[in-house]
Amino acid sequence: MDFDFSDDQKSLKGEALRFLEAKCPVSVVRGVLDDPAKRYDEGLWKAVGEQGWLGATIPEEHGGLGLGGIDLCVIAEALGRSLAPIPFASTVYFVAEALMLAGSDAQKAKWLPKIAAGETIGCFATVERPGVLTEAQVQASIQDGKLTGTKMVVTDGDIADLAVVLAKDGGRTSLYLVELGGGGVARETLETLDPTRNVAKLTFIGAAAELLGDAGEGMALTEAVLDRAAVYLAFEQVGGADRCLEMAKSYALERYAFGRVIGSYQAIKHKLADCYIKTELARSNAYYGAWALGEGGTDLKIAAASARVAATEAFWFAAKESLQTHGGMGYTWDVDCHLYYRRAQQLGLVAGGAKAWKERLVSQLERRNAA
Amino acid sequence: MDFNDTPEEAAYRAKVKAWLAENAPKNRANGDPEAAEGMAASKAWQAKKASAGYAAITWPTEWGGGGGKTWQSMIFGQEESKAAPGLSGPFAIGLGMCIPTVMTAGNDADKARFVGPAVKGEEIWCQLFSEPSGGSDAAAARTLAVKTGDEWTINGQKVWTSGAHYSDFGLLLARTDRDVPKHKGLTMFWIDMHDPAVEVRPIHQMSGGSNFNEVYFTDLKVKDSQRVGAVGDGWKVAIVTLMNERLSVGGGASGSNTGQVMKLAQDISTLAGPAAKDAGLREKIADWFVQAEGLKYTTYRTMTALSRGQTPGPENSIAKIVAANVMQDMASSAMELEDQFGILVGANAPLAGAFQNALMGAPGLRIAGGTDEILRNIIAERVLGLPQDIRLDKDVAFKDIPTGR
Repeated sequence: MDFDFSDDQKSLKGEALRFLEAKCPVSVVRGVLDDPAKRYDEGLWKAVGEQGWLGATIPEEHGGLGLGGIDLCVIAEALGRSLAPIPFASTVYFVAEALMLAGSDAQKAKWLPKIAAGETIGCFATVERPGVLTEAQVQASIQDGKLTGTKMVVTDGDIADLAVVLAKDGGRTSLYLVELGGGGVARETLETLDPTRNVAKLTFIGAAAELLGDAGEGMALTEAVLDRAAVYLAFEQVGGADRCLEMAKSYALERYAFGRVIGSYQAIKHKLADCYIKTELARSNAYYGAWALGEGGTDLKIAAASARVAATEAFWFAAKESLQTHGGMGYTWDVDCHLYYRRAQQLGLVAGGAKAWKERLVSQLERRNAA
Repeated sequence: MDFNDTPEEAAYRAKVKAWLAENAPKNRANGDPEAAEGMAASKAWQAKKASAGYAAITWPTEWGGGGGKTWQSMIFGQEESKAAPGLSGPFAIGLGMCIPTVMTAGNDADKARFVGPAVKGEEIWCQLFSEPSGGSDAAAARTLAVKTGDEWTINGQKVWTSGAHYSDFGLLLARTDRDVPKHKGLTMFWIDMHDPAVEVRPIHQMSGGSNFNEVYFTDLKVKDSQRVGAVGDGWKVAIVTLMNERLSVGGGASGSNTGQVMKLAQDISTLAGPAAKDAGLREKIADWFVQAEGLKYTTYRTMTALSRGQTPGPENSIAKIVAANVMQDMASSAMELEDQFGILVGANAPLAGAFQNALMGAPGLRIAGGTDEILRNIIAERVLGLPQDIRLDKDVAFKDIPTGR
């Protein structure tokens, strides 16, 4: 039994936290929030690239560090805590993972080094309609190797160079790689709840598309990518929840009402204790997810869904109750609570909402029980 | 990060399993300590464990322990709970709380007298802290010990005492000075539970069972040598006992009966179709599962810290709150699924009344060993560092503290 990070992973975490404290103070996050023309922080993106984090799990032969998924989890936790306004998740958890899961040797050789070097930003374009992603809603289609259709809510779609797109060729749903700098691609920025993360609508009209993975495997591959992304995102959520609890605690210790600090009232103490409980449950589920990244199969499906459900709940609870603990100040633009309140929703929905993940979890449990 | 045993752990587990296969009673009477044959089986099992060094694995061999490591104790516990479930129950309080307190704060004669027989299961201990006037507030104990010469006379009442009716000795927290603030006027003693001045009355629980007792002391005479720690140090000694309670890791947090709910749902319909396909139920199942899994992996984190020779963090303090509330919520939801049959208990109820039993047990679990509210206070104060609640009795002589009824 060894259910904790190794010393190397812990020192990587410490390094990541220190790095982001220095390079991603909240002013960097607010810089993107307050400037509609700014879709991410390019300086931070460059700095994160120089750290090698973009290629953390990319094999060394493709220019990455060749670390394990668990190492990336450690980085994710630090990124979530700092609200890093960069296209890290889209590029690393979704597109790089998709390439490593399903890419041909040539595709890997072409794209992974560029991702690792910070030269290519990726985006994952699957949904078209409100509601959970289903095969039936996929209208985007391929004809003669050209993609036509519209993808909505594409996180980092405005700034990406490369999209992984879910589309149909005849009756078969598959994933495709589309270079967004090529012809036949129109992008439109969409307003979002969390302006520190860019979202776009992508319209393809005969854009060149290259099959990624086997034809007809699009839904299965999408789920496989989501499973891995869910674990990494859970660490971001746990990092965010930790920060919310710290903010609430520190405010509760300095704010006086009725002659004593508000943190001395049980209404606040018990609320923050609940916040701690949810965050610890999420952390433990996320740890299991991190372990399962190396296992795959049913273990990963169950672990990923558990991590996703627990972490979404924990971050949302921490974000809303931290804001509540701050009272009226928490509702102002100038206090940071709303940044976490926004990000909690963004992270809770970006790989599909908890409701859908709960259903996936129970289906997997049924399958396991039947086996 | 690895779920599998290290080679060292695997070797130890194999050794333990082989020993258990050889020695665990095959057709034992159930380990119910309320039944004479159950208690006999428990005592025999404890003696066998002691002779093999498995009774108190982490204790030094000179005290009858195994001289082993905490991770070994945990592995043994895991395997024992499969091979010989429940048999060690009657000794848990003595070996987990009372005897470690005697070993820390007791005199040499008491250590020499009590440790060995407790390890071997020859003598059973109970813990006499809680009183009608102090459940969560154990330092509010009123049971009075008055010294005359070399002897103390004890009068008063304890409550919620697990196993008092089959215990040989008890660790008793008594008030010895009513003129100082409450934490300062307490003293710890050990007492003979078979003394005629000690009367044990079972408490009839709402679940129907009687796992706890009231214990009355009427002019109980205790020698000064039965004092555990200095006069007035009783609260400090009690903290040692309670710290040992918190160190006991691993149990309690299982409760993942989502499989049972899923089984129930297979045979039941809602107005919208099969219950197993009910979206509301499925969402709840996922929530329960995730919480139970979270606890399981939280325990693994604690075990890992112990294996690495570190002090576990505060993460395990969440276990009972979560486990008890999930149990209650799951029971109530499952009974709702059973609809009118949910009213039934026993053999006529679905799954032989498993959820009804859980429903009736859950309130006890939410209260025993620290209520949900006290545990939230503990997390807020000791983990998060928020201020203690305002205490109106802090610097007041015990006799002047308002007591209500």
